[in-house]
Amino acid sequence: MADYRKPIPQPTPETQPFWDGTKAGELRLQRCDACSNVIFPPRPFCPRCASRSVSWFKATGKGKLWSYVINHRPAPGFEQEAPYAIAVVKLDEGPHMMTNIVDCPQTPEALQLDMAMEVVFQPVSETISLPKFRPAGA
Amino acid sequence: MKQKSVAIVGAAETTQMGIIPDMSVIELHADAALNAMADCGLKPSDIDGVATAGESPVAVAHHLGITPTYVDGTSVGGCSFMLHVRHAAAAINEGLATTVLITHGESGRSRVGAGRFGPAAASLQGQFEAPYGASGPPSMFTIPVLRYMKELGLTHEQLAMVAVVQREWAGMNPRASFRDPITVEDVLNSRMIAYPFRLLECCLVTDGGGALILTSASRAKDFPTKPVYILGTGESTETPMVSQMEDFTSSKAFRVSGKKAFDEAGISHADVDHLMIYDAFAHLPIYALEDLGFCKRGEAAGFIWEGNTRPGGKLPLNTNGGGLSYMHSGMYGMYALQESVRQLRGTAPAQVPGAKISISHGVGGMFAASGTIIMTNEK
Ligand SMILES: [Zn+2]
Repeated sequence: MADYRKPIPQPTPETQPFWDGTKAGELRLQRCDACSNVIFPPRPFCPRCASRSVSWFKATGKGKLWSYVINHRPAPGFEQEAPYAIAVVKLDEGPHMMTNIVDCPQTPEALQLDMAMEVVFQPVSETISLPKFRPAGA
Repeated sequence: MKQKSVAIVGAAETTQMGIIPDMSVIELHADAALNAMADCGLKPSDIDGVATAGESPVAVAHHLGITPTYVDGTSVGGCSFMLHVRHAAAAINEGLATTVLITHGESGRSRVGAGRFGPAAASLQGQFEAPYGASGPPSMFTIPVLRYMKELGLTHEQLAMVAVVQREWAGMNPRASFRDPITVEDVLNSRMIAYPFRLLECCLVTDGGGALILTSASRAKDFPTKPVYILGTGESTETPMVSQMEDFTSSKAFRVSGKKAFDEAGISHADVDHLMIYDAFAHLPIYALEDLGFCKRGEAAGFIWEGNTRPGGKLPLNTNGGGLSYMHSGMYGMYALQESVRQLRGTAPAQVPGAKISISHGVGGMFAASGTIIMTNEK
Protein backbone atom coordinates (compact mmCIF):
# COMPACT_ATOMS: atom_id res chain seq x y z
CA MET A 1 0.00 0.00 0.00
CA ALA A 2 2.96 2.29 0.61
CA ASP A 3 3.44 2.79 -3.11
CA TYR A 4 -0.26 3.45 -3.82
CA ARG A 5 -0.17 6.55 -6.06
CA LYS A 6 -3.84 7.02 -6.87
CA PRO A 7 -6.10 9.66 -5.27
CA ILE A 8 -7.09 8.65 -1.74
CA PRO A 9 -10.29 10.01 -0.19
CA GLN A 10 -9.92 12.37 2.73
CA PRO A 11 -12.95 11.87 4.99
CA THR A 12 -14.83 14.80 6.50
CA PRO A 13 -16.79 14.60 9.77
CA GLU A 14 -19.93 13.98 7.71
CA THR A 15 -18.47 11.15 5.61
CA GLN A 16 -16.31 9.47 8.28
CA PRO A 17 -18.95 6.82 9.15
CA PHE A 18 -19.02 5.75 5.49
CA TRP A 19 -15.25 5.22 5.45
CA ASP A 20 -15.33 3.55 8.87
CA GLY A 21 -17.83 1.17 7.27
CA THR A 22 -15.75 0.29 4.23
CA LYS A 23 -12.76 -0.26 6.52
CA ALA A 24 -14.90 -2.70 8.52
CA GLY A 25 -16.11 -4.45 5.36
CA GLU A 26 -19.57 -2.84 5.29
CA LEU A 27 -21.20 -0.55 2.76
CA ARG A 28 -23.05 1.99 4.90
CA LEU A 29 -25.68 4.38 3.59
CA GLN A 30 -28.03 6.78 5.33
CA ARG A 31 -31.81 6.68 5.49
CA CYS A 32 -34.08 9.57 6.46
CA ASP A 33 -35.97 8.78 9.67
CA ALA A 34 -38.86 10.98 8.53
CA CYS A 35 -39.45 10.00 4.90
CA SER A 36 -37.27 6.86 4.36
CA ASN A 37 -35.29 8.50 1.54
CA VAL A 38 -31.93 6.76 1.04
CA ILE A 39 -29.09 9.30 0.92
CA PHE A 40 -25.72 9.17 -0.87
CA PRO A 41 -23.21 10.87 -0.84
CA PRO A 42 -23.44 11.23 2.95
CA ARG A 43 -24.80 14.36 4.62
CA PRO A 44 -26.38 14.95 8.04
CA PHE A 45 -29.84 15.75 6.67
CA CYS A 46 -32.36 14.65 4.05
CA PRO A 47 -32.33 16.62 0.78
CA ARG A 48 -35.90 15.51 0.06
CA CYS A 49 -37.64 16.68 3.26
CA ALA A 50 -34.90 18.63 5.13
CA SER A 51 -35.14 16.44 8.21
CA ARG A 52 -31.92 16.45 10.25
CA SER A 53 -32.81 13.02 11.60
CA VAL A 54 -31.01 10.49 9.40
CA SER A 55 -29.59 7.09 10.39
CA TRP A 56 -26.75 4.99 9.04
CA PHE A 57 -27.56 1.44 7.99
CA LYS A 58 -25.68 -1.45 6.40
CA ALA A 59 -26.59 -1.70 2.73
CA THR A 60 -26.85 -5.02 0.90
CA GLY A 61 -23.81 -4.17 -1.23
CA LYS A 62 -25.75 -5.37 -4.27
CA GLY A 63 -26.74 -3.47 -7.36
CA LYS A 64 -26.52 -3.46 -11.12
CA LEU A 65 -24.10 -2.06 -13.64
CA TRP A 66 -25.77 1.18 -14.68
CA SER A 67 -23.23 2.74 -17.08
CA TYR A 68 -19.50 3.07 -17.63
CA VAL A 69 -16.64 4.13 -19.86
CA ILE A 70 -13.45 2.20 -20.55
CA ASN A 71 -10.77 4.83 -20.05
CA HIS A 72 -7.75 4.66 -22.34
CA ARG A 73 -6.06 7.84 -21.00
CA PRO A 74 -5.13 6.86 -17.46
CA ALA A 75 -5.35 9.24 -14.55
CA PRO A 76 -2.08 9.65 -12.59
CA GLY A 77 -1.41 6.40 -10.75
CA PHE A 78 -3.56 4.30 -13.10
CA GLU A 79 -0.97 3.85 -15.86
CA GLN A 80 -0.54 0.11 -15.26
CA GLU A 81 -4.24 -0.58 -15.59
CA ALA A 82 -5.34 1.28 -18.71
CA PRO A 83 -7.68 0.66 -20.32
CA TYR A 84 -9.87 0.39 -17.24
CA ALA A 85 -13.59 0.84 -16.64
CA ILE A 86 -14.95 3.74 -14.63
CA ALA A 87 -18.42 2.60 -13.77
CA VAL A 88 -21.57 3.66 -12.01
CA VAL A 89 -23.49 0.99 -10.10
CA LYS A 90 -27.12 1.53 -9.22
CA LEU A 91 -27.43 0.13 -5.72
CA ASP A 92 -30.48 -1.97 -4.80
CA GLU A 93 -31.28 0.73 -2.23
CA GLY A 94 -31.49 3.34 -5.03
CA PRO A 95 -28.41 5.58 -5.09
CA HIS A 96 -25.82 5.67 -7.88
CA MET A 97 -22.21 5.03 -6.86
CA MET A 98 -19.09 5.53 -8.98
CA THR A 99 -16.65 2.65 -8.78
CA ASN A 100 -14.26 0.34 -10.60
CA ILE A 101 -15.20 -3.17 -11.68
CA VAL A 102 -12.93 -6.00 -10.48
CA ASP A 103 -12.72 -9.73 -11.30
CA CYS A 104 -13.98 -9.04 -14.81
CA PRO A 105 -12.34 -8.25 -18.18
CA GLN A 106 -12.49 -4.54 -18.90
CA THR A 107 -14.24 -4.99 -22.24
CA PRO A 108 -17.63 -4.02 -23.69
CA GLU A 109 -18.36 -7.73 -24.20
CA ALA A 110 -17.78 -8.63 -20.55
CA LEU A 111 -19.33 -5.48 -19.11
CA GLN A 112 -23.02 -5.74 -19.90
CA LEU A 113 -25.34 -3.07 -18.54
CA ASP A 114 -27.77 -4.25 -15.86
CA MET A 115 -25.60 -7.23 -14.87
CA ALA A 116 -25.81 -7.99 -11.13
CA MET A 117 -22.92 -6.60 -9.10
CA GLU A 118 -21.72 -7.01 -5.52
CA VAL A 119 -19.40 -4.87 -3.44
CA VAL A 120 -15.85 -5.78 -2.42
CA PHE A 121 -13.47 -3.66 -0.38
CA GLN A 122 -9.95 -2.77 -1.43
CA PRO A 123 -7.60 -1.37 1.25
CA VAL A 124 -5.59 1.52 -0.19
CA SER A 125 -4.10 3.02 3.00
CA GLU A 126 -3.98 2.37 6.73
CA THR A 127 -7.39 3.99 7.13
CA ILE A 128 -9.15 3.86 3.77
CA SER A 129 -10.73 0.96 1.92
CA LEU A 130 -12.46 1.70 -1.39
CA PRO A 131 -15.75 0.08 -2.30
CA LYS A 132 -15.41 -1.67 -5.66
CA PHE A 133 -17.79 -4.00 -7.43
CA ARG A 134 -17.53 -7.38 -9.16
CA PRO A 135 -20.05 -9.44 -11.08
CA ALA A 136 -22.31 -11.12 -8.48
CA GLY A 137 -21.10 -14.63 -7.67
CA ALA A 138 -17.79 -14.14 -9.48
CA MET B 1 -37.16 39.22 -17.75
CA LYS B 2 -38.96 41.63 -20.08
CA GLN B 3 -38.53 40.55 -23.71
CA LYS B 4 -36.16 42.66 -25.85
CA SER B 5 -35.50 45.13 -23.02
CA VAL B 6 -31.76 44.52 -23.20
CA ALA B 7 -29.43 44.05 -26.17
CA ILE B 8 -25.94 42.78 -26.94
CA VAL B 9 -24.20 45.73 -28.62
CA GLY B 10 -20.58 44.61 -28.44
CA ALA B 11 -19.23 41.16 -29.24
CA ALA B 12 -15.78 39.87 -30.15
CA GLU B 13 -13.40 36.99 -29.72
CA THR B 14 -9.68 37.20 -29.06
CA THR B 15 -7.58 38.42 -31.97
CA GLN B 16 -5.93 35.02 -32.23
CA MET B 17 -7.54 31.65 -31.66
CA GLY B 18 -6.12 28.18 -31.24
CA ILE B 19 -2.61 27.97 -29.82
CA ILE B 20 -1.53 31.26 -28.18
CA PRO B 21 1.60 30.49 -26.13
CA ASP B 22 2.53 34.16 -25.63
CA MET B 23 -0.62 35.25 -23.75
CA SER B 24 -1.67 34.54 -20.16
CA VAL B 25 -5.25 33.98 -19.06
CA ILE B 26 -5.84 37.56 -17.87
CA GLU B 27 -4.44 38.92 -21.15
CA LEU B 28 -6.86 36.75 -23.14
CA HIS B 29 -9.72 38.30 -21.12
CA ALA B 30 -8.33 41.77 -21.81
CA ASP B 31 -7.74 41.17 -25.53
CA ALA B 32 -11.32 39.97 -26.00
CA ALA B 33 -12.68 42.86 -23.90
CA LEU B 34 -10.72 45.47 -25.86
CA ASN B 35 -11.97 43.95 -29.12
CA ALA B 36 -15.58 44.05 -27.88
CA MET B 37 -15.21 47.67 -26.74
CA ALA B 38 -13.73 48.60 -30.12
CA ASP B 39 -16.59 46.75 -31.81
CA CYS B 40 -19.16 49.11 -30.29
CA GLY B 41 -17.05 52.24 -29.71
CA LEU B 42 -16.75 52.16 -25.90
CA LYS B 43 -13.92 52.86 -23.47
CA PRO B 44 -13.38 51.20 -20.06
CA SER B 45 -14.84 54.30 -18.36
CA ASP B 46 -18.14 53.63 -20.19
CA ILE B 47 -18.47 50.18 -18.58
CA ASP B 48 -20.12 49.98 -15.13
CA GLY B 49 -20.80 46.27 -14.86
CA VAL B 50 -18.37 43.32 -15.06
CA ALA B 51 -19.04 39.59 -15.16
CA THR B 52 -16.67 36.71 -15.67
CA ALA B 53 -15.94 33.10 -14.72
CA GLY B 54 -12.72 31.20 -14.21
CA GLU B 55 -10.99 34.48 -13.38
CA SER B 56 -11.98 36.92 -10.64
CA PRO B 57 -14.22 39.78 -11.86
CA VAL B 58 -12.17 41.98 -9.53
CA ALA B 59 -9.03 41.12 -11.48
CA VAL B 60 -10.70 41.68 -14.85
CA ALA B 61 -12.20 45.02 -13.78
CA HIS B 62 -8.95 46.30 -12.31
CA HIS B 63 -6.85 45.07 -15.21
CA LEU B 64 -9.06 46.95 -17.67
CA GLY B 65 -9.43 50.08 -15.52
CA ILE B 66 -13.13 49.64 -14.80
CA THR B 67 -14.85 50.73 -11.58
CA PRO B 68 -18.08 48.72 -11.57
CA THR B 69 -21.37 49.24 -9.75
CA TYR B 70 -22.41 45.69 -10.67
CA VAL B 71 -20.25 42.54 -10.37
CA ASP B 72 -21.15 38.93 -11.24
CA GLY B 73 -18.67 36.16 -10.52
CA THR B 74 -21.06 33.29 -11.23
CA SER B 75 -18.80 30.36 -12.07
CA VAL B 76 -20.68 27.17 -12.86
CA GLY B 77 -18.51 25.93 -15.71
CA GLY B 78 -18.68 26.55 -19.44
CA CYS B 79 -22.25 27.89 -19.47
CA SER B 80 -21.41 30.62 -16.92
CA PHE B 81 -21.54 33.24 -19.69
CA MET B 82 -25.15 32.36 -20.49
CA LEU B 83 -25.95 32.98 -16.83
CA HIS B 84 -23.96 36.24 -16.94
CA VAL B 85 -26.09 37.43 -19.89
CA ARG B 86 -29.25 36.52 -18.00
CA HIS B 87 -28.13 38.26 -14.80
CA ALA B 88 -26.86 41.30 -16.70
CA ALA B 89 -30.22 41.71 -18.41
CA ALA B 90 -31.96 41.68 -15.05
CA ALA B 91 -29.38 44.06 -13.56
CA ILE B 92 -29.72 46.56 -16.42
CA ASN B 93 -33.50 46.49 -16.13
CA GLU B 94 -33.20 47.06 -12.38
CA GLY B 95 -30.77 49.97 -12.81
CA LEU B 96 -27.80 48.29 -11.15
CA ALA B 97 -25.66 49.10 -14.18
CA THR B 98 -26.13 50.60 -17.63
CA THR B 99 -23.39 48.80 -19.59
CA VAL B 100 -22.18 45.33 -18.64
CA LEU B 101 -19.02 43.67 -19.94
CA ILE B 102 -18.83 39.86 -19.85
CA THR B 103 -15.41 38.35 -20.48
CA HIS B 104 -13.90 34.93 -21.04
CA GLY B 105 -10.26 33.98 -21.51
CA GLU B 106 -8.66 30.61 -21.13
CA SER B 107 -5.24 29.21 -21.87
CA GLY B 108 -6.73 25.73 -22.14
CA ARG B 109 -3.98 24.39 -24.38
CA SER B 110 -0.86 26.36 -23.44
CA ARG B 111 -1.79 26.74 -19.73
CA VAL B 112 -0.08 30.16 -19.47
CA GLY B 113 -1.00 31.72 -16.13
CA ALA B 114 -3.66 29.05 -15.65
CA GLY B 115 -4.67 27.19 -12.50
CA ARG B 116 -4.61 23.46 -11.88
CA PHE B 117 -7.39 20.96 -12.42
CA GLY B 118 -8.60 18.36 -9.97
CA PRO B 119 -10.86 18.20 -6.91
CA ALA B 120 -9.63 18.40 -3.31
CA ALA B 121 -9.31 14.99 -1.66
CA ALA B 122 -11.87 15.99 0.99
CA SER B 123 -14.50 17.20 -1.52
CA LEU B 124 -17.32 14.85 -2.42
CA GLN B 125 -15.81 14.42 -5.90
CA GLY B 126 -12.43 13.76 -4.28
CA GLN B 127 -13.90 11.08 -2.04
CA PHE B 128 -16.43 9.42 -4.29
CA GLU B 129 -15.26 9.87 -7.90
CA ALA B 130 -11.53 10.68 -8.22
CA PRO B 131 -10.30 7.47 -6.48
CA TYR B 132 -11.70 5.47 -9.42
CA GLY B 133 -9.40 6.98 -12.01
CA ALA B 134 -11.71 9.48 -13.61
CA SER B 135 -9.25 11.73 -15.44
CA GLY B 136 -11.14 14.83 -16.43
CA PRO B 137 -14.10 15.40 -18.73
CA PRO B 138 -13.28 12.76 -21.41
CA SER B 139 -13.67 9.95 -18.87
CA MET B 140 -16.51 11.48 -16.84
CA PHE B 141 -18.83 13.53 -19.05
CA THR B 142 -19.13 10.42 -21.20
CA ILE B 143 -20.20 8.00 -18.47
CA PRO B 144 -23.99 8.30 -18.91
CA VAL B 145 -23.92 7.56 -22.65
CA LEU B 146 -23.91 3.74 -22.64
CA ARG B 147 -27.10 3.96 -20.59
CA TYR B 148 -28.63 6.24 -23.23
CA MET B 149 -27.51 3.81 -25.96
CA LYS B 150 -29.14 0.85 -24.22
CA GLU B 151 -32.41 2.58 -23.33
CA LEU B 152 -32.95 4.66 -26.47
CA GLY B 153 -31.09 2.76 -29.19
CA LEU B 154 -28.39 5.29 -30.06
CA THR B 155 -25.75 3.62 -32.27
CA HIS B 156 -22.00 4.23 -32.49
CA GLU B 157 -22.49 5.37 -36.10
CA GLN B 158 -25.11 7.94 -35.06
CA LEU B 159 -22.85 9.30 -32.34
CA ALA B 160 -20.04 9.61 -34.88
CA MET B 161 -22.32 11.47 -37.30
CA VAL B 162 -22.56 14.40 -34.84
CA ALA B 163 -18.85 15.06 -35.39
CA VAL B 164 -19.13 14.56 -39.17
CA VAL B 165 -21.89 17.17 -39.53
CA GLN B 166 -20.09 19.71 -37.38
CA ARG B 167 -16.97 19.31 -39.46
CA GLU B 168 -19.07 20.29 -42.49
CA TRP B 169 -19.86 23.58 -40.76
CA ALA B 170 -16.24 24.05 -39.69
CA GLY B 171 -15.16 23.65 -43.30
CA MET B 172 -16.99 26.91 -44.03
CA ASN B 173 -15.27 28.78 -41.18
CA PRO B 174 -11.72 30.09 -41.80
CA ARG B 175 -11.11 30.43 -38.03
CA ALA B 176 -12.01 26.81 -37.25
CA SER B 177 -9.19 24.65 -35.88
CA PHE B 178 -10.13 21.57 -37.93
CA ARG B 179 -11.65 22.08 -41.40
CA ASP B 180 -10.97 18.95 -43.47
CA PRO B 181 -14.07 16.83 -44.15
CA ILE B 182 -14.41 13.57 -42.19
CA THR B 183 -16.64 10.50 -42.52
CA VAL B 184 -18.37 8.29 -39.97
CA GLU B 185 -15.70 5.71 -40.75
CA ASP B 186 -12.94 8.24 -39.96
CA VAL B 187 -14.55 8.96 -36.59
CA LEU B 188 -14.96 5.28 -35.74
CA ASN B 189 -11.34 4.61 -36.72
CA SER B 190 -9.94 7.46 -34.64
CA ARG B 191 -8.11 6.65 -31.40
CA MET B 192 -10.18 5.32 -28.51
CA ILE B 193 -10.29 7.83 -25.64
CA ALA B 194 -12.91 6.43 -23.28
CA TYR B 195 -15.14 3.73 -24.76
CA PRO B 196 -17.56 4.41 -26.41
CA PHE B 197 -15.88 7.78 -27.21
CA ARG B 198 -13.18 8.17 -29.81
CA LEU B 199 -10.89 11.13 -30.38
CA LEU B 200 -13.04 12.83 -33.02
CA GLU B 201 -16.05 12.69 -30.69
CA CYS B 202 -14.20 14.76 -28.06
CA CYS B 203 -13.71 18.52 -28.09
CA LEU B 204 -10.51 20.30 -28.97
CA VAL B 205 -8.31 21.86 -26.30
CA THR B 206 -7.27 25.34 -27.41
CA ASP B 207 -6.52 28.89 -26.20
CA GLY B 208 -8.77 31.88 -26.72
CA GLY B 209 -11.40 34.16 -25.32
CA GLY B 210 -14.43 36.28 -26.03
CA ALA B 211 -16.36 39.22 -24.63
CA LEU B 212 -19.87 40.65 -24.82
CA ILE B 213 -21.23 44.09 -23.96
CA LEU B 214 -24.89 44.53 -23.02
CA THR B 215 -26.98 47.64 -22.52
CA SER B 216 -30.65 48.62 -22.50
CA ALA B 217 -32.57 48.30 -25.76
CA SER B 218 -33.35 52.02 -25.63
CA ARG B 219 -29.61 52.85 -25.63
CA ALA B 220 -28.74 50.12 -28.13
CA LYS B 221 -29.91 52.14 -31.13
CA ASP B 222 -27.14 54.70 -30.47
CA PHE B 223 -24.42 52.10 -31.10
CA PRO B 224 -22.76 51.43 -34.46
CA THR B 225 -23.52 47.70 -34.30
CA LYS B 226 -26.76 45.91 -35.12
CA PRO B 227 -28.43 45.17 -31.75
CA VAL B 228 -29.08 41.57 -30.77
CA TYR B 229 -32.00 41.61 -28.34
CA ILE B 230 -32.39 39.18 -25.45
CA LEU B 231 -35.72 37.45 -25.92
CA GLY B 232 -35.72 34.74 -23.28
CA THR B 233 -33.35 33.29 -20.69
CA GLY B 234 -33.02 30.24 -18.46
CA GLU B 235 -30.61 28.65 -16.04
CA SER B 236 -30.45 25.72 -13.66
CA THR B 237 -28.16 23.22 -11.96
CA GLU B 238 -28.31 19.54 -11.16
CA THR B 239 -25.23 17.96 -9.53
CA PRO B 240 -21.47 18.54 -9.33
CA MET B 241 -20.94 14.76 -9.65
CA VAL B 242 -21.86 13.11 -12.94
CA SER B 243 -22.45 9.83 -11.09
CA GLN B 244 -25.27 11.50 -9.16
CA MET B 245 -27.19 12.62 -12.24
CA GLU B 246 -30.81 11.60 -11.71
CA ASP B 247 -31.49 10.23 -15.20
CA PHE B 248 -28.52 9.16 -17.34
CA THR B 249 -30.55 9.70 -20.52
CA SER B 250 -31.61 13.30 -19.89
CA SER B 251 -30.27 16.41 -18.17
CA LYS B 252 -32.58 17.97 -15.59
CA ALA B 253 -30.62 21.23 -15.79
CA PHE B 254 -31.16 21.31 -19.59
CA ARG B 255 -34.89 20.70 -19.24
CA VAL B 256 -35.42 23.36 -16.59
CA SER B 257 -33.21 26.00 -18.21
CA GLY B 258 -34.64 25.40 -21.69
CA LYS B 259 -38.27 25.54 -20.62
CA LYS B 260 -37.70 28.75 -18.68
CA ALA B 261 -36.11 30.38 -21.71
CA PHE B 262 -38.84 29.27 -24.12
CA ASP B 263 -41.56 30.40 -21.71
CA GLU B 264 -39.94 33.81 -21.34
CA ALA B 265 -39.45 34.23 -25.07
CA GLY B 266 -42.97 33.15 -25.91
CA ILE B 267 -41.83 31.38 -29.06
CA SER B 268 -42.32 27.89 -30.44
CA HIS B 269 -39.56 25.56 -31.65
CA ALA B 270 -40.59 26.20 -35.25
CA ASP B 271 -39.67 29.89 -34.78
CA VAL B 272 -36.00 29.05 -34.17
CA ASP B 273 -33.75 29.74 -37.18
CA HIS B 274 -30.40 28.87 -35.64
CA LEU B 275 -29.23 26.83 -32.68
CA MET B 276 -25.98 26.52 -30.75
CA ILE B 277 -25.61 23.59 -28.33
CA TYR B 278 -22.46 23.41 -26.26
CA ASP B 279 -20.75 20.28 -27.60
CA ALA B 280 -17.87 19.31 -25.35
CA PHE B 281 -18.56 15.76 -26.57
CA ALA B 282 -20.67 14.32 -29.38
CA HIS B 283 -23.56 13.24 -27.16
CA LEU B 284 -24.41 16.73 -25.96
CA PRO B 285 -26.31 17.88 -29.06
CA ILE B 286 -28.32 14.65 -28.84
CA TYR B 287 -29.26 15.17 -25.19
CA ALA B 288 -29.99 18.89 -25.65
CA LEU B 289 -32.10 18.53 -28.81
CA GLU B 290 -34.39 16.29 -26.75
CA ASP B 291 -34.20 18.13 -23.43
CA LEU B 292 -34.94 21.47 -25.14
CA GLY B 293 -37.91 19.92 -26.93
CA PHE B 294 -36.69 20.04 -30.53
CA CYS B 295 -36.89 16.25 -30.77
CA LYS B 296 -38.88 13.56 -28.98
CA ARG B 297 -37.05 11.19 -26.62
CA GLY B 298 -34.71 8.93 -28.53
CA GLU B 299 -35.15 10.73 -31.86
CA ALA B 300 -32.37 13.34 -31.84
CA ALA B 301 -29.67 11.05 -33.26
CA GLY B 302 -31.90 10.16 -36.19
CA PHE B 303 -32.72 13.85 -36.66
CA ILE B 304 -29.01 14.61 -37.03
CA TRP B 305 -28.36 11.49 -39.14
CA GLU B 306 -31.04 12.58 -41.63
CA GLY B 307 -29.26 15.89 -42.21
CA ASN B 308 -31.58 18.30 -40.44
CA THR B 309 -28.75 20.11 -38.67
CA ARG B 310 -26.20 20.23 -41.49
CA PRO B 311 -25.68 23.12 -43.94
CA GLY B 312 -28.97 23.55 -45.80
CA GLY B 313 -30.92 21.57 -43.17
CA LYS B 314 -34.01 22.90 -41.45
CA LEU B 315 -32.31 23.49 -38.07
CA PRO B 316 -28.73 24.76 -38.57
CA LEU B 317 -26.81 23.62 -35.47
CA ASN B 318 -23.35 24.60 -34.23
CA THR B 319 -22.58 26.58 -37.36
CA ASN B 320 -19.09 27.64 -36.24
CA GLY B 321 -18.02 23.99 -36.15
CA GLY B 322 -18.61 23.71 -32.39
CA GLY B 323 -16.33 22.56 -29.63
CA LEU B 324 -15.60 19.47 -31.73
CA SER B 325 -14.06 21.41 -34.65
CA TYR B 326 -14.03 25.19 -34.06
CA MET B 327 -12.35 25.67 -30.70
CA HIS B 328 -12.75 24.68 -27.05
CA SER B 329 -10.70 26.46 -24.43
CA GLY B 330 -12.46 24.73 -21.54
CA MET B 331 -15.43 27.06 -21.00
CA TYR B 332 -16.89 27.07 -24.50
CA GLY B 333 -20.22 28.81 -23.77
CA MET B 334 -18.81 32.20 -24.75
CA TYR B 335 -18.06 30.99 -28.29
CA ALA B 336 -21.59 29.65 -28.73
CA LEU B 337 -22.93 33.09 -27.77
CA GLN B 338 -20.48 34.80 -30.15
CA GLU B 339 -21.72 32.66 -33.05
CA SER B 340 -25.36 33.44 -32.23
CA VAL B 341 -24.52 37.14 -32.30
CA ARG B 342 -22.70 36.80 -35.63
CA GLN B 343 -25.63 34.93 -37.16
CA LEU B 344 -28.11 37.59 -36.00
CA ARG B 345 -25.86 40.39 -37.21
CA GLY B 346 -25.55 38.62 -40.54
CA THR B 347 -21.76 38.37 -40.30
CA ALA B 348 -21.16 34.65 -39.70
CA PRO B 349 -18.75 32.81 -42.02
CA ALA B 350 -21.42 30.14 -42.57
CA GLN B 351 -24.34 32.56 -42.50
CA VAL B 352 -27.86 31.15 -42.16
CA PRO B 353 -29.83 33.30 -44.63
CA GLY B 354 -32.31 35.61 -42.90
CA ALA B 355 -31.78 34.20 -39.39
CA LYS B 356 -34.00 36.11 -36.94
CA ILE B 357 -34.08 33.95 -33.81
CA SER B 358 -31.06 32.12 -32.40
CA ILE B 359 -30.60 30.05 -29.25
CA SER B 360 -27.35 29.43 -27.40
CA HIS B 361 -27.64 26.56 -24.96
CA GLY B 362 -24.78 25.83 -22.61
CA VAL B 363 -23.68 23.14 -20.22
CA GLY B 364 -21.50 23.66 -17.15
CA GLY B 365 -19.31 21.00 -15.57
CA MET B 366 -20.47 17.53 -16.55
CA PHE B 367 -24.25 17.93 -16.74
CA ALA B 368 -23.76 20.04 -13.59
CA ALA B 369 -25.33 23.29 -14.76
CA SER B 370 -27.04 24.87 -17.73
CA GLY B 371 -27.88 28.24 -19.24
CA THR B 372 -30.06 29.09 -22.24
CA ILE B 373 -30.23 32.42 -24.08
CA ILE B 374 -32.75 33.14 -26.84
CA MET B 375 -31.88 36.15 -29.00
CA THR B 376 -33.45 38.03 -31.89
CA ASN B 377 -32.44 40.81 -34.27
CA GLU B 378 -36.01 42.08 -34.61
CA LYS B 379 -37.15 44.82 -32.26
ZN1 LIG C 1 -36.57 12.88 4.28
